[in-house]
Amino acid sequence: MNTAAISLPTPGPLLTRGAFSGVMVALLVVCAVAPALNLLVPEGSVFHLSDYMVGLLGKIMCYAICALAMDLIWGYTGILSLGHGLFFALGGYVMGMYLMRQIGRDGNYQSDLPDFMVFLDWKELPWHWALSDSFIATLLLIVLVPGLVAFVFGYFAFRSRIKGVYFSIITQALTFAALLLFFRNETGMGGNNGFTDFKRILGMPIATQEMRMTLFVITGLTLLGFYVFARWLVASKFGRVLQAVRDAESRVMFCGYNPLPYKLTIWTISAVMCGIAGALYVPQVGIINPGEMSTAASIEIAVWAAVGGRATLVGPIVGAFLVNGAKSWLTVTFPEFWLYFLGALFIAVTLWMPQGVVGLLKKFKGAGK
Amino acid sequence: MRWLRTCLALLCLIGAASAHALTPAEALTLAAGESDERIAMLNRLAAAGDEKGLALIQALSNDAVKVQGEQVLVVAGDGSAADAVSGAAATVSENAEDAVVNNRLRTAIETALATRDLFGRDAALQREAAGLLQKAAFDDPDASQLPLVEKALAGELDAQARSLLEQARAAMQLASEDEAQRLAAAQTLGGMGDPALRPLLAAQIEAEASPQVKSALNAALASLDRSLALASGLTQAFTGLSLGSILLLAALGLAITYGLMGVINMAHGELIMIGAYATWLVQAFFRNSLPELFDWYLLAALPVAFVASALVGAAMERTVIRFLYGRPLETLLATWGISLVLMQGVRSLFGAQNVGVENPGWMSGSVTLLGNLTLPWNRIFIIAFAAAVLAGVTLLITRTRLGLFVRGVTQNRPIASCMGVNTARIDTYAFALGSGIAGLAGCALSQIGNVGPDLGQSYIVDSFMVVVLGGVGQLAGTVYAALGLGLFNKFLEGWAGAVLAKIAVLVFIIVFIQKRPQGIFAFKGREA
Repeated sequence: MNTAAISLPTPGPLLTRGAFSGVMVALLVVCAVAPALNLLVPEGSVFHLSDYMVGLLGKIMCYAICALAMDLIWGYTGILSLGHGLFFALGGYVMGMYLMRQIGRDGNYQSDLPDFMVFLDWKELPWHWALSDSFIATLLLIVLVPGLVAFVFGYFAFRSRIKGVYFSIITQALTFAALLLFFRNETGMGGNNGFTDFKRILGMPIATQEMRMTLFVITGLTLLGFYVFARWLVASKFGRVLQAVRDAESRVMFCGYNPLPYKLTIWTISAVMCGIAGALYVPQVGIINPGEMSTAASIEIAVWAAVGGRATLVGPIVGAFLVNGAKSWLTVTFPEFWLYFLGALFIAVTLWMPQGVVGLLKKFKGAGK
Repeated sequence: MRWLRTCLALLCLIGAASAHALTPAEALTLAAGESDERIAMLNRLAAAGDEKGLALIQALSNDAVKVQGEQVLVVAGDGSAADAVSGAAATVSENAEDAVVNNRLRTAIETALATRDLFGRDAALQREAAGLLQKAAFDDPDASQLPLVEKALAGELDAQARSLLEQARAAMQLASEDEAQRLAAAQTLGGMGDPALRPLLAAQIEAEASPQVKSALNAALASLDRSLALASGLTQAFTGLSLGSILLLAALGLAITYGLMGVINMAHGELIMIGAYATWLVQAFFRNSLPELFDWYLLAALPVAFVASALVGAAMERTVIRFLYGRPLETLLATWGISLVLMQGVRSLFGAQNVGVENPGWMSGSVTLLGNLTLPWNRIFIIAFAAAVLAGVTLLITRTRLGLFVRGVTQNRPIASCMGVNTARIDTYAFALGSGIAGLAGCALSQIGNVGPDLGQSYIVDSFMVVVLGGVGQLAGTVYAALGLGLFNKFLEGWAGAVLAKIAVLVFIIVFIQKRPQGIFAFKGREA
């Protein structure tokens, strides 16, 4: 028998030399340079990293995790989700519940219950707050809640082979339904105002410079960890099937693969990443409300990924930093123009930059050679 | 002093049957007695129809009565005063006091004055007066008006006024001493579906002793509750229909751009918003330049709204969307970008605040059916308008050349192109048509809701739901989906509240799409 050996492309190393040095530099910046510039360099020095910047960068790193998650599901699997804002908010709300319980009796009403419950004249915690005073349970729920919601929703959606725009639209409907649900006071999630006015985390005050820096470092490490994880994932056999599903789903099925478990797994992973990002976001920003579930918030995540460059892993992170950096600059200096800018960005990226900034850079590099 | 007046009043009441001319004691009781006495006297004088008495009542309602000792004076506009009984001129002294008219008495006076019309010849006035009496009797039946009502019933009356008066009489007789009268009253009232009667009947059941009357009252209450339930069911159906027509208007344009052309237009809501702002501009123009035609500004606003949105839509198609055909996810993002720009553009031009769009006179107010079913005119017009737009679009798609081309390009672009159809131009036309219909929707929605830069955002999810549920490529599906969702939503709202109903509807759609991804109606065969 003559079996012609099919030469499979061997997967390269997890990190190429360039990527390895990039990750190391980022690690150094997050763990050493930024804390040093913020905590050790005296205020007023040119090199001092202000608390405002720490907060902003920490926030953007949370967004970058979302963009990375979006890229896995959209850039690599071809499924555009307009529901990632929901998973982000779910993670944030779980964290928010814990932080609300940490306030203890220091709220305005000096009650064991969170202020908004006193305001609603509730006498005891509703059932879904049962685990909210345990940090361990909170950490588990941050993963489980968005994961379960995504799993159940995804199972039914992918089983019915809902794809393309249909899927986008029903994820949007799901998010909108959740938005309405969380707006209700009776849901027990603080209604319109959400959760805010946090005081402590793990018994330590939350608003100190050191705590901010700690959260910043944790966020940075999480982002880097997810980046390396995503690199491993897309290079693995699993990741290759995902990209095949994106490019020709029927052909994948004819080859004997059932796309359902692949799609469902990446969908759930992506949702969990968003949930973790939300949980890191809430203590840094100090508020979570249903606004995070608005249609606009979810679509913005997609544009971060698109601006940076879909189907590249650095792209979404770069995109999140570029767009949000521009946002925090424009909304302060030219608040009128921010929406024009964002709108034009949506149009320009889809019309002229399908590969995003990273694609553009690659193109220039290629032209230079 | 007071007991003297009371005695006088009682004396008067005893001799009242024959007394037709106003006596000084009667005048004094009316002007300065206890509230209950005054109202009783008022009704008696009104029933007697004595001219001086009526004049005094009229003067009381104008606050032109003064009491000077035992004398009642009517003060004319020029300050001269006359005795209410004799009509002789009198001088107002320092210690004359105003006859105070409290709210209760004023209501009674107005009713009494209105009842004068019952004895006139004018049928319309008779009806109006009878209606007033009936309403007053249902709210708070006053047996002292009975003689008046009986007298009016004995005379010549318009048929409708007569039935109203009989109802009023029944309400007054509910508490009568005579069991037969109470029974008759209960039976009369049982046939009516007026919600105002409910507390009256309920209170009377408590107080009733006779079992026969009590069972008649119970039957009356049950029949009243039945008719109330019917009316509330009809109201629910109407509001559902109204919501359905709004959804239909919002989704119809999308049924063309998304359903037929497959373009995900996230800026559809903003096209609706542009139509609403166009309506607002036309309204402002009419207010400033053609105030005498203000009531008809809406007719002029319709074409303006259509054209404004259609132009914006055509521009969108020419500059952005045509480069993204076949890439629906990119189209989604790009049109979302357009929607942000449009929203911010309107905000920059007209401000972030809501602008006020007024209903023209003929659209405000409401029509009342079956006693307690109130349908606002603007809702009725919007249902009719949605039907008209739907008919127009259907005709356009099925009967015109443009419609033929649109269907041809939708079904098979290359073949249509081979047949000489300029497909690129048809795309623009079709997209402009869908956008223009969104503009019409905006014009209609401006009549029932706030008009602000965020107007479109509240409709975008709903309209996509309607189109997806109805089945892409199907106008009929869109209609069924819109009306079905409207009715379903309002029905759920009845027992779950507005927000939960909305959530339930969204969840229902999500589940439904899992079962039938192609929507309620879909092309059979390969096109689906």
